[in-house]
Amino acid sequence: MAKKLIDFVKKHFGDEVLDAHSRLGNDTVVVERRRVADIIERLRDDDATQMNMLRAITCVDYLHREPRFEVVYILYSIAKKHMLTVRVVVPEDDCNVPTVEHLYGCAAWMEREVWDMYGVTFEGHSDLRRVLLYEEFEGHPLRKDYAKQASQPRLELLGKERDSVEEFNRYVKDKPSEGSRQA
Amino acid sequence: MAEDIYKPIDQDIHSEPMILQMGPSHPATHGTVRFTLTLEGEKVIKCETEVGYLHRGFEKECEEATWTQVFPYTDRLNYVSPLLNNFGYALAVERLLGIEVPERCDWIRTIMGELSRLSDHLTCIGAGGLELGAMTAFLYAIEGRELVWDLIEQVTGARLTVSYGRIGGLKDDLTPDFAERWAYTRERLVEIHEITHKLLTRNRIFLDRMEGTGVITPEMGVSYGYTGVCLRSTGVAYDVRKDHPYFKYGEVDFDVPVGKHGDNMDRYLCRMEELVQSIRIIDQCLAKMKPGPINTDDPRVALPGKDKVYNTIEGMISHFKIIFEGVQVPAGEVYSYTEGGNGELGFYIVSNGTGKPWKIHVRSPSLIVMGGIHKLFEGGLLADIIPTFDTINMIGGECDK
Repeated sequence: MAKKLIDFVKKHFGDEVLDAHSRLGNDTVVVERRRVADIIERLRDDDATQMNMLRAITCVDYLHREPRFEVVYILYSIAKKHMLTVRVVVPEDDCNVPTVEHLYGCAAWMEREVWDMYGVTFEGHSDLRRVLLYEEFEGHPLRKDYAKQASQPRLELLGKERDSVEEFNRYVKDKPSEGSRQA
Repeated sequence: MAEDIYKPIDQDIHSEPMILQMGPSHPATHGTVRFTLTLEGEKVIKCETEVGYLHRGFEKECEEATWTQVFPYTDRLNYVSPLLNNFGYALAVERLLGIEVPERCDWIRTIMGELSRLSDHLTCIGAGGLELGAMTAFLYAIEGRELVWDLIEQVTGARLTVSYGRIGGLKDDLTPDFAERWAYTRERLVEIHEITHKLLTRNRIFLDRMEGTGVITPEMGVSYGYTGVCLRSTGVAYDVRKDHPYFKYGEVDFDVPVGKHGDNMDRYLCRMEELVQSIRIIDQCLAKMKPGPINTDDPRVALPGKDKVYNTIEGMISHFKIIFEGVQVPAGEVYSYTEGGNGELGFYIVSNGTGKPWKIHVRSPSLIVMGGIHKLFEGGLLADIIPTFDTINMIGGECDK
């Protein structure tokens, strides 16, 4: 079972596969980030793979390595009972990845979490806002260079920001995706 | 004349949708979630979910602690069934270390895990009943939960934050009279299960709120990453215990209850049936398990006994190394998953070969469920939010991490 999925990705996206291995029961492919959405879409729709569930999206910050970040997608097929980890490497100076929001319902939420915690943006995401932290939060706390004891400036009270329909709509729709007032 | 009087009432009055803030201090939203609802009359037409009011930085804290020091943090994820989190994390680290635990440890983990599941489901059913006005059902369910917690307390020594799991084993063996105490608890749990059925399952008020509300389709459930009872209620029989057995789940016999409609009632019924299955699993485990060691004898991982620490130099060095430097986990990464109280609980951990984790990501089912919850609310009534949110069984600690 193990090699099958890796071979599948290599067969269809051979040029995009940077690395592949199978360790500790986890099959992993490292792919070119620009094509990640296509690869995941293929894995989801092909009869041989049927990866219909996205278990998690997360990110790892390898602080002193170049490229610095790695975004990790864990895909699973309920019918076939197999799992594949797809990883993409993301450099710090061009910190973005194409979104997979259109492929899985849960992806939008998970990508928001990665943006919130690591500051990796997802190109094409319809509503990239912070999810666990408040909007005025500065920085991205799971980055290794964010000190554990760092404190944030005091907030002004928000006042009557969302008391009418218009203000609410503005809040929901027109919020800039930077997620920070300073940005 | 009469028609003229009623005419203004029948006219379509121009009205704006109303924005209603529900939570975070609303009792039904557990104090940690806010829904910004757009209402048309009593109908919810849009729901904006906001979580994070409890965020404690679980993942950041873990990166600053040694591998063993993470256990108390995992207790605080799903605090209704902390043992499942303990064991899920321990299993992930053991996979990365490449070690096996003794057989008895696996049996005990299965038993204690199922006890936690009983606690989780009883709390959910009881609280769900309570919020719809069924105080009696709540009191019975909480009685059952307390009996379960008495057992857990007896074994682990703590009542809420148990920290019972260890990498490569457990803190302690079961107490000698565990089987007798379980027999007593089991009898009462079966009674409580029957009483709850009588009180709720055909109760008209309960049925009106539960049937046909908060419906999830199988496709939507899978796409939104729903797992556990929320997914099984739609008819998708995905259960990690069955599909990828870990501990001793492969050696015991149990069924995976599934629903048909994916509504609140199905989620309630699935949980009721899972109570029965958990009792079955514990019975079988107790019958099959044999005496033996509960901790791995790998000196890189297991703390030596106190007699060795005080009397041998190797024991003392080993003790100091594990306490000060932490267990040395080889570099690499692994995604390990178990069946938590509300669904698949996954740990994606990365080690750089030192005593501290480089990264721990927890795939907490509650957070992922919240990503798609607006789909369950929109189109329904305001009052349906209460039972729907209950049967989803979101746990604040796990949602906000």
